[in-house]
Amino acid sequence: MLTFIRKRSLASLVSLVGLVVLVFFLSRLTGDPTDLYLPLDATDEMRARFREIYGLDDPLLVQFGRYVGDLLRLDFGDSIRKARPAIEVVLEAFVWTLQLALVTMALVTVAAIVVGSLAAFRVGGFFDRVSGILSLVAASAPDFWIAIVAIVVFAVGLGWLPTSGTGTPWHWVLPIAVLFIRPFGLIVQVVRGSMISALSSPYVKTARAKGLRPRKIIFVHALRNAMLPVITVIGDQAASLLNGAVVIETIFGFPGVGKLMIDSILQRDFTVVLASIMVTALAIFLMNLLIDLAYATLDPRIRH
Amino acid sequence: MPDHLLEVRDLSVEFHTAGGVVKAVRGVSWHVDRGETLAILGESGSGKSVSTAAILDLIDMPPGRITSGEILFDGRDLLRLGAAARRDINGRRIAMIFQDPLSHLNPVYPVGWQIVETMTAHGLPGARARAEALRLVTRVGLPDPAGALRKYPHEFSGGQRQRLMIAMALAMKPDVLIADEPTTALDVTVQAEVLLLLKELQQETGMGVVIITHDLGVVAEIADRVVVMNAGEIVESGPAREVYHDPRHPYTRKLIGAAPGKGEMHPPLARAEPVLSVRNVRKAYGTFTALDGVSLDLMPGETLAVVGESGSGKSTLARVLLRLDEPDSGEALWKGRDLFRLSPAELFALRRDLQMVFQDPTQSLNPRMTVAQLISEAWAIHPRILPRDRWRARVAELLAQVGLRPEHANRYPHQFSGGQRQRIAIARALALEPELIICDEAVSALDVSVQAQVIDLLDRLRREMGIAFIFIAHDLPVVRDFADHVMVMQRGRVVEHGTVRQVFDSPREPYTRALLAAGLDPDPDVQAARRAALRTERRAAGA
Repeated sequence: MLTFIRKRSLASLVSLVGLVVLVFFLSRLTGDPTDLYLPLDATDEMRARFREIYGLDDPLLVQFGRYVGDLLRLDFGDSIRKARPAIEVVLEAFVWTLQLALVTMALVTVAAIVVGSLAAFRVGGFFDRVSGILSLVAASAPDFWIAIVAIVVFAVGLGWLPTSGTGTPWHWVLPIAVLFIRPFGLIVQVVRGSMISALSSPYVKTARAKGLRPRKIIFVHALRNAMLPVITVIGDQAASLLNGAVVIETIFGFPGVGKLMIDSILQRDFTVVLASIMVTALAIFLMNLLIDLAYATLDPRIRH
Repeated sequence: MPDHLLEVRDLSVEFHTAGGVVKAVRGVSWHVDRGETLAILGESGSGKSVSTAAILDLIDMPPGRITSGEILFDGRDLLRLGAAARRDINGRRIAMIFQDPLSHLNPVYPVGWQIVETMTAHGLPGARARAEALRLVTRVGLPDPAGALRKYPHEFSGGQRQRLMIAMALAMKPDVLIADEPTTALDVTVQAEVLLLLKELQQETGMGVVIITHDLGVVAEIADRVVVMNAGEIVESGPAREVYHDPRHPYTRKLIGAAPGKGEMHPPLARAEPVLSVRNVRKAYGTFTALDGVSLDLMPGETLAVVGESGSGKSTLARVLLRLDEPDSGEALWKGRDLFRLSPAELFALRRDLQMVFQDPTQSLNPRMTVAQLISEAWAIHPRILPRDRWRARVAELLAQVGLRPEHANRYPHQFSGGQRQRIAIARALALEPELIICDEAVSALDVSVQAQVIDLLDRLRREMGIAFIFIAHDLPVVRDFADHVMVMQRGRVVEHGTVRQVFDSPREPYTRALLAAGLDPDPDVQAARRAALRTERRAAGA
């Protein structure tokens, strides 16, 4: 198991290094940072001074070395907008996003597995048909539109829930509910398909011949095998939430990474944008490692 | 009339499919008594597994429907019991083992857990179940029983997995054990061991055994009585010896007649210049040596049978000769040119001389191509052989040659039976007028009667067209009526190589003798005599 973790981490590390290189050169491709940071009417002297201070007149490789060194210390420089280290600003927002993503994905996972499994148990039955239609609608629903409608109905119309912000637990209800819909619809369908094939597998026949109860057959024998493809989709969906649910966070004024990134791009807060990219990338790499580990835990054939 | 241990009366089952109602079994009746072994013999599609699936409530309804009959066990009709009562009987009183133990064991749980589960599901406390699991695994003869319990199904060999299935089935000391093709996927020597184990366990526990099989040899070895099924009906039943020696129904006669290994053996071929001469081929996959210095000569129009158990390297040999895999060393001279040293372009030109027919025609034929497309694809790849306007006529000719009709050309593979599909695969191989066809287990997946037909076809093609065959098989009787020379392989080496008469009538090597002895004869008397001889031998060894 330990060798497995080491191998997977190493593979992730390679892609992480790739990303570091890519981000550096892409950010240089977008133009001279001097033009980005200084006002349009800055004098040539100011520009030269700026380049000197930030080492932009050094050879590219030297700059790259410095950039990697800074990265290792998680030093992205200061946020221009907030006059604090960019990494602090990003981590603060990331904690919000992380909470939102974790709660949403936990709810989605449990609900989708239960609904999908029950639908698969009686294929073509009433429950299967209803959940089939609902999950299809959910999977294809435009979430920005639902978010706005939800605000209009529940916050403005009925006045049950706040429109935006994070003060009380009630503030979380709408963002989570809206973020829930799409991954739920998608994962229900994956669980159903995967469970149908697991339930028709030979080992389930053996379980029936052993005289096991249906509950045990579904949730012990079939589910664990059916989870393998499901985990991949869960990981993928969770990654897109970690990335910052940009639209939803913006609509609900939720102070997560998605909103931070949009704000920083609009205000040209370059250090914060870079820091957000690196932090979310790191989070997604960790997340993928977690998925790999879950795979290995569920399926002994992968461990060996 | 005395009560039987388990009795099926007038059972009819149908399946409602998109293509209409399929009557899987009609009016089937049979019984099994304590300590007795009943064999249900039939080919694929005969409905031989349906009645036992009904006994264990394994038929999904819908699409299945039981339209008549009763299943009597313990004085009760199982078909009238509720789901909970059926579950209580499943695994505890009536247990089942299956054909392919790898897919019938749950891949993600340790085997010990799965054996224990059978017992805890029927109310045994965990500690006792674990102790019992250890005893069972020891009894079925697995090495390192305590360690084996912690391992997963993929870590065992096929024979060991079937032993584990047996341990799991016998955990609750059932009254009836149903075995559905329990040894079909196993090597002959392993098959013999597993059947012996079943027999011993039956003597220890006195359980009734129902064994479902397509193999007359298995019937001869293990069954007291046999029911023969064809197209959903029982055509004949009775004591195994009587049915074999005095079959009443034409279908039974046909089945017994088709059993391989009873015909005339080929006389030795006249010596000739070999068309293929293989010297000292080696191939290793990592640390596993698949081919360890294999040499052979093949004369024009000769059939060389390569026989061996799984892992013997016989399929690797085929793949290496066709350069589907690269050998590590050695040479293979085809009409004086070394196949292993040809450039890709030279190899391409030579491909038309060497063709291959695979084991599973369902997988080796592209399901989205018609028969005509499948066969003429070869001419599209080798364009100089046949002008396009002659393709249709040639496809019709080839189909006729392999015993199919010209109008089959526009159908798709799924519209044919397994035997017909293998004929299509052979027609495809013939399209390029090859001089050598390598058949890798080409008849292993087919029913006996179909097997005989396909072998007849290959033999005819050899006589009429002078094609040489390398015929790879795990089963000795199949090659007996067909081969000129036989090569026996074990662990990547050739252990014996001789004319078919020499290998079958006076095998020199102990391994060949063991293989021949492990192969089951369809005649119950022959098997009984062999068992008696084995007992005497053992007693002598023990004394």
